[in-house]
Amino acid sequence: MKIFEKLSHIDRRFIYILIAIVVIVPLLLKPKLPIVPTKPVKDIYDYVENLPQGSNILISIDYDAASMPEQQPFLEALLRQCFRNKLKPIMIVQWQLGAPLGTTGLEKIAKECNAQYGVDYINLGYRPGYVAQMVGIGREIRDYFAVDYKNVSIDSFPIMRNIHNYNDFALLVGLEAGATYLLWVEYAGGRFKQKIALALNAVSAPDAYYFYQSKQIIGLVGGMKGAAEYEVLENKPDLAVAGMASQSYSHILIILFIVLGNITYFVEKSRKKKEGGR
Amino acid sequence: MLKGKNIPLAITFTVGLIMIVSFFIPHRPFGDIEQISLKWYSIIAGFTMLLGVDSLLGLHFRKVKRKEENWIHSIVLIAGFVMVVIAGVWGTIQYGSAFDERSFFTYIYNYFIVPLQSTMFSLLAFFVASAAYRAFRARNVDAALLLITAIIVMLGRVPVGELISPYLPKFTDWIMEVPQMAAKRGIGLGIYLGALGVSIRIILGIERSYLS
Amino acid sequence: MATTIGIWIAAGLTLFIYSFLYKDNPFYKFAEHLYVGITAGYWLIYTWAYTIQPMLLDPIIKNKEFILIIPAFFGVIMLTRWFPSISWLSRWSIAFTVGIGAGLGVTGSIQGFILPQLKSTILPLTGLNFATFNNLLIIFGVFTTLVYFYFSREHKGLLGHTAKVGMTFIMIAFGASFGYTVMARISLLIGRIYFLMFDWIGMMFGK
Repeated sequence: MKIFEKLSHIDRRFIYILIAIVVIVPLLLKPKLPIVPTKPVKDIYDYVENLPQGSNILISIDYDAASMPEQQPFLEALLRQCFRNKLKPIMIVQWQLGAPLGTTGLEKIAKECNAQYGVDYINLGYRPGYVAQMVGIGREIRDYFAVDYKNVSIDSFPIMRNIHNYNDFALLVGLEAGATYLLWVEYAGGRFKQKIALALNAVSAPDAYYFYQSKQIIGLVGGMKGAAEYEVLENKPDLAVAGMASQSYSHILIILFIVLGNITYFVEKSRKKKEGGR
Repeated sequence: MLKGKNIPLAITFTVGLIMIVSFFIPHRPFGDIEQISLKWYSIIAGFTMLLGVDSLLGLHFRKVKRKEENWIHSIVLIAGFVMVVIAGVWGTIQYGSAFDERSFFTYIYNYFIVPLQSTMFSLLAFFVASAAYRAFRARNVDAALLLITAIIVMLGRVPVGELISPYLPKFTDWIMEVPQMAAKRGIGLGIYLGALGVSIRIILGIERSYLS
Repeated sequence: MATTIGIWIAAGLTLFIYSFLYKDNPFYKFAEHLYVGITAGYWLIYTWAYTIQPMLLDPIIKNKEFILIIPAFFGVIMLTRWFPSISWLSRWSIAFTVGIGAGLGVTGSIQGFILPQLKSTILPLTGLNFATFNNLLIIFGVFTTLVYFYFSREHKGLLGHTAKVGMTFIMIAFGASFGYTVMARISLLIGRIYFLMFDWIGMMFGK
């Protein structure tokens, strides 16, 4: 039983190295694994797919670099789908430190799809005030976003000509890293009956299932796995799909840690009990 | 008189009431008053960011001045701050907006903030792995239930779960949509009922801790 | 060229932070402090570019919306917290924001959360099938969890049994959250390692 005693005092850095290995090796070897889209993700995809051409989609960037690997792939997949279907993304930001991530994603995909700024899409940038802004947009978006992210009047862009409030958005998609989504559902959804889809960090995704069951949101994308499902649906596997093998094997390793940790714990416990009984 | 809590309490009561009344009567004049108040709220909220900036810088300026332990680090912090502010001003002059993709301000975001912030948070992957080995013990039935659910979800939510058995992701879906969802809703309702009570107490001036 | 330098800087900073895994060291401390300083700088520029300029200065100067001097005043007095002798003024701004938040919270929480969530818990229990079983489980789960959290009395008798069932549901929920949290953390690590492998090392090998 010496081995269990040794195992219980293992250096944490050994664990760190193992985790790094199970992330690195699959990224190099790229094994193919099946990615089957789940219903909450497919619901969003189908909804967007069936929107009439020219519909406006309000996209809110409510995350920052701390959750970029989870949110950025979904943002890009969604934007590809929007431009392919001639839908018009209007981007706003609630998390100030995430604004440039939204801009980068939007500009990258717009270029890829030959979309024109101010006509096919627009970026309105960040404004403070969360809930106040969400309620305020219910009356007039110009009260908050009179200018775009570079301080140019939004009335100078054709895309904004007929956009005033939630009535003019076919869908609101929130890319969420914290609790901002609760406010969107409560105010844009509850008060103004705005249709909402959420892409949540895996940390907050489980909490939002009740909104899906109550039909307060049309669907939800959870973490990098949800993003990978969306990439598969959009038929353009990218960063999220590339990460899924590493994700899988890391989970297996962590489960092994839990099991091994518990075996060690119980063996040590029974040993101590025996020693104590003598 | 001015320094006391009466004026703040009156302000809270009035604007709180305006929000509630205009919810039920969204027409003139309430709707307009509401919209104006909300816009003001956003503007005032914008200023709160400055509060954090000042207290942070003040602390580190003091450290440098007194040559306290690790004051060199404080210089790094201040230098980082100054670099970004200069880049922001420069970007505004050069391109009309600091947020122009070509500005040095955006460059700092892409090559400093992004790696620093995302790497800082990715450290947690290592810590969670270490904790999985050292701390997550099935000490009793409840803890065992938590760990077993976690293991099923961890497997069922990644592609490898599909390979183990196609039923595993389906079972995970069921956990997420039924028992998990029910408990989260129970917790959510508890929190929201509590928050509703607090909101009412604040408007009525019973709860005043935010003024101290 | 600028991109190449940028990627080297980003890779360097990433490794500085990972050096913490070996042990706390000056490189990590450097990166940590740089991060905080840069972020603070960002806040300042943001406040200017996304609040003061578009919501205050431009409307006042270009559109003569002088009424905005009022929120500007409230915003400025928020900063009186820095000066103890007049810091009481900042309470006015806080009172304003708290009042709005509380007022919106009353109607928002009822209309946006409590009512729709309760409504979706009242589910049909007709027919002996899996859907009915699930519906029953949801009703039971929500109710027992609420009991567990809501009654601060000692959990004894029927209340105790109900709370115990609630505890079981809560453990399943926490287990699910834990699984998802692991997933989230690993995703972040994948993102960083992907950057190091393909953007940085890949760049060196001209890929």
